[in-house]
Amino acid sequence: MSEDARIEEVAAKWKDVPGSLIMALHEVQEKLGYVPRETAMELAKEMHVPLARIYEVLTFYSFFKLTPPGKHKVQVCLGTACYLKGAAKLVEELKDQLKINEGETTEDGMFELELVRCVGCCGLAPVVVIGEKVYGNVEPAEIASILSEYEK
Amino acid sequence: MAEKICLEDIQKSQQEAGDTWIKVGMATCGIAAGADKVYKAVLKEVESNGLNIPVMITGCIGSCYAEPLVEVKTSEGQFMYTGVDEAMVSDIVGKHVATGKSLPSGVPSDSFNEGQMRIAMRHCGIVDPESIDSYIGNDGYAALRKHLTEGTPEGVIEEMKKSGLRGRGGAGFPTFMKWTFASKSKSDEKYIICNADEGDPGAYMDRSILEGDPHAVVEGMILGGYAIGATKGFFYVRAEYPLAIRRLQKAIDACKKYGILGENIFGSSFSFDIEIRLGAGAFVCGEETALIASLEGKRGTPRPRPPFPTDKGAFEKPSVINNVETLANVSAILFKGGDWYGSIGVGKSTGTKVFAVTGKVKHSGLVEIPMGTTIRDVVFKICGGIAKEKKILAVQTGGPSGGVITEQYLDTPISYESLAELGSIMGSGGMIVMDEDDCIVDIAKFYLGFCVDESCGKCSPCRIGGKKMLGLLEKISEGKGELGDLDKLKQICHAMQKASLCGLGQTAPNPIVSTLRYFEHEYKAHITEHKCRAGVCQKLLKYLVVEDKCKRCGICQKICPADAIEGDRKSGFTVIQDKCIKCGSCLDSCKFDAIVKK
Repeated sequence: MSEDARIEEVAAKWKDVPGSLIMALHEVQEKLGYVPRETAMELAKEMHVPLARIYEVLTFYSFFKLTPPGKHKVQVCLGTACYLKGAAKLVEELKDQLKINEGETTEDGMFELELVRCVGCCGLAPVVVIGEKVYGNVEPAEIASILSEYEK
Repeated sequence: MAEKICLEDIQKSQQEAGDTWIKVGMATCGIAAGADKVYKAVLKEVESNGLNIPVMITGCIGSCYAEPLVEVKTSEGQFMYTGVDEAMVSDIVGKHVATGKSLPSGVPSDSFNEGQMRIAMRHCGIVDPESIDSYIGNDGYAALRKHLTEGTPEGVIEEMKKSGLRGRGGAGFPTFMKWTFASKSKSDEKYIICNADEGDPGAYMDRSILEGDPHAVVEGMILGGYAIGATKGFFYVRAEYPLAIRRLQKAIDACKKYGILGENIFGSSFSFDIEIRLGAGAFVCGEETALIASLEGKRGTPRPRPPFPTDKGAFEKPSVINNVETLANVSAILFKGGDWYGSIGVGKSTGTKVFAVTGKVKHSGLVEIPMGTTIRDVVFKICGGIAKEKKILAVQTGGPSGGVITEQYLDTPISYESLAELGSIMGSGGMIVMDEDDCIVDIAKFYLGFCVDESCGKCSPCRIGGKKMLGLLEKISEGKGELGDLDKLKQICHAMQKASLCGLGQTAPNPIVSTLRYFEHEYKAHITEHKCRAGVCQKLLKYLVVEDKCKRCGICQKICPADAIEGDRKSGFTVIQDKCIKCGSCLDSCKFDAIVKK
């Protein structure tokens, strides 16, 4: 089934139920993993609610995601130790290589970049965590080879 | 079309199901501990032993520390096995069930809940939450039928008045009064809403009840709906509780099939329907008016009261909002009578209360106790005391809206009034036990940080006050505080309590007010002596090299990410405090315990 058809289905189900916008958004997110802008626009049209009303709700509740979750979550520790050891440079390198900002996901959906507080392995600073694997003493030059482990 | 059912027939068939069975606790907590695998292993063992006995799933019995739990009933009695893994299953089934003789590791089930009294959780761990027949078999829906066919809405409210039940969500408003207001409001439509958006960090009794006995809550809601003349009920449930949502939906569907929901329930003139609405991760939606906004599909921001929801609630219609535990009590009260419930407890706090006891206790989990039980009994008798033989520091009740109770007040009998007198609140039932390793300033910071994150931002006292106080607490925990900061904190607390729009902002300062009341000396120690008694506030710690123990291996110097360790293998090493970032790497790396944290 095409994405549009699925949105139509969600809209049709909830359109006439009073106050059901949050329920409709839950269904969209369950199907797509997040709520893309085009979908929000489509939903606004189908459910006859202004787009602003939809974003008002999406941005209020922490449960709703506006960007797709990546297959691999890349976390860079920005705790004091890692910061001193050059974590900021790692962030720059990752942004360059992945062509995304923090909190975003790459176009191919492979990586999601997140900056986190101390992950508790300061002795290994600076630290990058991908999935559940921890990389310590990371140099900016190593980023490319680390990412290549996941690219297949 | 609904089936015609007879409660007595179902009860009879349930009783005839036999007196040998196995039950596996399958709430979220049990499943996380591995109950899924245990359940499958039990099914397999039962089959390979050629036994013909029922294997049932149940909800949480509350003993989270002992999960996964398997209970066995034979003619010898009921026995509980704790911490069960797949390897133990073959003995439990092959030996205990097959021979009827319990294993030494089995604990008699009766002794399991000693000191407790189960009313709201009466069926948790006993009924199969996914089977309506199992609930009916335990007297379920009998009260509903009786009141619908023989009673009146006023009669229901009268029973509630006798029971003295007060809202279990936190504020403790008498349930019968809420219902009376709503029943007197004139409107073509009225709603009853169950608040199942449990968001206090450390509290999970509502999840357990919904996962363990959803029908008790559904029956309570239908009775409440009948009492106020509602046409429809809503469950507002956290989206983060998928299992509770699934079991609740199953319960609602089963009721529709049996005609317990829908038109002319039990042949009476009362018609009622229930719908589930999901929350989406906003703590403020626990506040009545914010919840209503969210239920209507809007941002969950509160509005000033009056008008109160019982006059103008969801979709502008009179609405009653009751908490999960409250409704689970309602169905019990209307089965056994208001006088019975009212005879339990102390003074104006009748009945029982469920607490989620967590923190530094040996046996964390859910306990349901009659009001009037002392906090000491809950912590030391029921929950086994403090873990690792440490000293108790305080007990925190009421979550981010509550306060601390110090050791000298542990003998206080629990009631709405006594906790308020001590500067805390009953709250929804979180009880966090702290020991000597916990820092009071850090705890206050944690709760306030939670409220700052969750503030909806609509009113300025809460939005700005919270942030300012958090800044002051951070300053104090970093050793940069001044004595005048304590007065500033008190002032902001007062302003927030008086001027915030809703309960979140009004109660967010409570943990600070309460900790300042009992532990002002700890705040002062942070400020004047730069000391954190518990060694929690990182910035106040000093890492030092103990010369006598140091073997001068130099590992610490190599590992230090901040180059804060100076010296060499000849002259020894010292930590340069100005450079040290307190990460603790040196302490972890030293094999000779030659680095200490002070």
